[in-house]
This record gives sequence, structure tokens and C-alpha cells, in this order.
Amino acid sequence: MSIRIEKAGLAASVQDLGRVGHRSLGIGPGGVMDRAAAELINILLGNERDAAVVEMHFPACDVVFENDALFAIGGADFGAELDGEKVGRWRVLRATADSKLCFEERVKGARVYLSVRGGLDADEWLGSRSTNFAAELGGVSGRFLRDRDVIKFAGEADGEFRKSMVISRSLLPIYSSFPTVRITSGSEMDRLTSDGRAAFLETPFDLTNDSNRLGFRLKGEPLSIDGEVEILSSAVAAGTIQLLPDGQLVVLMADHQTTGGYPRLGHVASVDLPLMAQLAPGDKVGFHLISVEQAEDLAMERELELNKLEAACKFAW
Amino acid sequence: MFSLGENAVTVELGDAISEDLNRRAIALSHDLAERPFAGFVEAVPSYASVTAFFDVAAVRRANPWTSSACEVVRAEMESRLAALEPCVVSEEPRTVEVLVDFSEGPDLEMAAASCGISVPEFIEIFTARPYRVFMIGFQPGFAYMGQINECISLPRLATPRLRVPKGSVGIAGRQTGIYPFDSPGGWQLIGRTDVELFRPLEDPPTLFKPGDMCRFVDVGG
Repeated sequence: MSIRIEKAGLAASVQDLGRVGHRSLGIGPGGVMDRAAAELINILLGNERDAAVVEMHFPACDVVFENDALFAIGGADFGAELDGEKVGRWRVLRATADSKLCFEERVKGARVYLSVRGGLDADEWLGSRSTNFAAELGGVSGRFLRDRDVIKFAGEADGEFRKSMVISRSLLPIYSSFPTVRITSGSEMDRLTSDGRAAFLETPFDLTNDSNRLGFRLKGEPLSIDGEVEILSSAVAAGTIQLLPDGQLVVLMADHQTTGGYPRLGHVASVDLPLMAQLAPGDKVGFHLISVEQAEDLAMERELELNKLEAACKFAW
Repeated sequence: MFSLGENAVTVELGDAISEDLNRRAIALSHDLAERPFAGFVEAVPSYASVTAFFDVAAVRRANPWTSSACEVVRAEMESRLAALEPCVVSEEPRTVEVLVDFSEGPDLEMAAASCGISVPEFIEIFTARPYRVFMIGFQPGFAYMGQINECISLPRLATPRLRVPKGSVGIAGRQTGIYPFDSPGGWQLIGRTDVELFRPLEDPPTLFKPGDMCRFVDVGG
């Protein structure tokens, strides 16, 4: 009961929603970059939300199902094909033994997720199956997937299902190659010069090639801060937007360091972090400032929607 | 006190590297972990601050009258901090000895010369006092320790090395630290140790935790 990576793609790995409780020892949560995509397909398949999935970039892996299995894909649109037939995202699909899943072209987004019914089995470390590349633990031997890797299913992946099981459009993240993401203010945002503040909130930033699971380096109008800022290192989080000494920005992503000492200009609202996660080098992003209360309300709304979907899917299975 | 996004709050106790501030930060962090509020996820102490991460939905569920989980957590952190102040226990910290081979410090000679002292003098000053683990960050198990004697403080390298070997002992300003993995790094390297800072299958998985003391011992000495 497994899938086999026939041809490894670019920087593909096994991830779940990450490991919590170890930041104080320098071990960050890690986990999927696009949490919305992983949660949605897991809920759809009747899995726990934090079931392990495969995260892939383009070019993605060629994946062979070694057994009959129900599965779903979500996140980026990479032109998925099962045995040469186009298959859609965000719906329950059936693979028979030896069928092959390929991704033909990057249509939209940067990361695609594959989950199977029952979830994937992989190395667990500190309560999570996410791959931690620094520690070389979790996932498949703590590393990116390679040709011929075999990933077992954690449960019974086959079964009966209704063809109509599709996630409604209103629940899907609205991916874009130039999104406006909502942010809350960072502790040093008010230290920006007035020109700097205007540029931060009103001009677009390009995602550079120097962007990966640790963080996204942006390029835009250089920003500057009034006077000297000396900051003692303290905790940072996924979505923290830091100002580097050259005036450019870095947005911390899933595999970020647990602490940082650069000025913090803002924090991407957690509901919009999946939009960031789907950006590829060359894409653009703009920032829109909201209050912490608004960001909390958005997170609450999202949570309610997911709970409803979960209840409906549990019933349907 | 400030929000680090909508699901974390940082309380700053000061803006200096001081043992007293750090002791309070670690005490507050322990207090949160030992008596978690509803929705608490984890706490991260740093030099002079504590960040509490929480689950917005769980905090709001436990406090249905509030319009902001962050406000609830802020109030919680404030009251705990106030309650903490008079009774910070000065528990004897754990001291860890680390054997260092100072012949494997590529920057040591230049560093001693820039301080106007000999290499043995540099080593003697460096190993003379134990250092406090203020916080852990950068990498799993990387301990930010200090403070070293002002007369051997060193600036970061202008161009960081692309690869610093695992176990390297570095200095940046008045801080010292040991690289747990081969990695890029900008601290000046004065020696190397065989000790494993990261031991993933043990509990805890790192040699140091915040608040520990570290004593460096010269293997050649």
C-alpha cells in the first residue's frame, strides 16, 4: 500500500502541518508552505487535517500508485494527468494499481499537494512527519524525494466514494501571480521614513530567485528607517516581513529560523499566507495593512468554514 | 508589548543583553509552559523578551466576550509578569563543560592580534568565565551565549563564510556560540569542539536550553 516516486521533481518533500512546541530549542514548526491546500484536500478525503502529504514544485514528480487508492490534489495547477487523462484539483480521484500521475505544465501557482485517503506514512520526529532539512529528520529520511522512493499509506487508501465530492469554489484560495496580501503591522513599521511607509504599502514587490522554503527575498523600492535601529534577536514567525540592511524585504516562510534581529515591518495574515506560498520567482505581491482584530476575524471565519466542510465531508464518507 | 501577527504576542522586558532581564524572560516562559492559558501553543524566550504563540480560535472560544484574542493574551502576559517579579527563583543553573580545540580556529590568530594580545592570552581570557545561554535560535540547538570580556569582543565578518564546519566556536560582538551543523555563518571562528549540540533522538533534543551555563575548557591547556 504505497506510492512510488518514479521520477523525482524539483525539491519535493513530505510535509504535514508542522511540529509545535520546540521553537525555544531552535526547532521551527516547518510543515507545508500552503496550509490551506493541504488542509482542504485532507478534509475532503476524510483525513485528519494534519495528515502527511507530498509537496511538489515544478517540475513535479511522476508518481506511480502501487495499489488502488483514492487521492486528491490541491494548490498549484500543474496540469495534472492520471495515465494521460487530465484530472482536476480539489476533488476525490481514484487511482488503480500501476496508474501514473504526472504534472505537464505550470499553469498557475508554485506548489502542488498530493494526499491519499488515510494519509501518508513517513518518518515521524517530535510529533510531526514534516521533513526538517536542517536536522535531516522527518518525512523521507529528512530530505527531498528521490527517484524510486516509496511512501507507504498510513491507512486504508481505497474505498467507496461519491464522484461528486468536490470542494466548493467559495472555499478555495484565490491564487494569483500578483496578489494583494493582507498584513498586520510589525513592531518597527512606524520607524519607516514616510516615503518608506508609502513604498511598503503602496508599491509592488517582485519575488526574486533567492526564494525558497526558508523565506522569500523581495525586490522593490529600497526602504529606509529613521535613525539607527538596534534590535536584540527575538522570536519571528512564518509571514514575518523583515527589512534587510540593503533596504529590501524578506518574508519568512515555513522553514524560517526561530529568531531574528532585523526590523519587523509586518506580518502576513495567516489566511493570506497560502497566497504568498503560491508565488514563484518573477511574480509580484502588494501589501494591504489591516488591524490585528481584522486578521483574527478572518482566521476565525476561515476556521468556521473548514469546520463546516469537515462535518459535511465526514458525513459524506 | 507587540503582536507578531495575529497568533503571537511578544512582551519586551528591556532592550539590553543582561542576565537579570534574561532570567525574567526565561521565568515567564516557564510559567506560561507550566500553567498554559486556554489556547496557548508555545513560548519562546529571547535575550530580553518572551513571545507566546497561541491558537486564535481556542483563545476566543475560552473568552467568548472578547473581540481580540491578542488583547486577552496581552493582559494575561502582563498579569503574569507582574506576579512573577517578586518571586523569581534564583535556581542554581546547570553548567555544561565544552572541550575546545583552539588549534582549529581559523580566525584566532588575527583576532588575538587585533586585540593586541597573544593567542594564549586570548584563550585564557575566553575560558576564564562561564557563559550564560541567553537563548536558542538560528538553527536547532544554536545557543547564543555571553557575555565575553569586552577586550576580546570581535565584529562579525564583513563577508560571511559559505560553510562553517560543525562544532566551530564563534564570537560576534560580546556573544559566543557553537555551530551545531555545517552551515553558512558570519561569526569569527576561534576553535572547534566535538560535542554534539543537536541530539535529535534524546529528550530534550539539544545540549543546551535557555538559562544553562557553559564553561569552555582548552583541550591543549
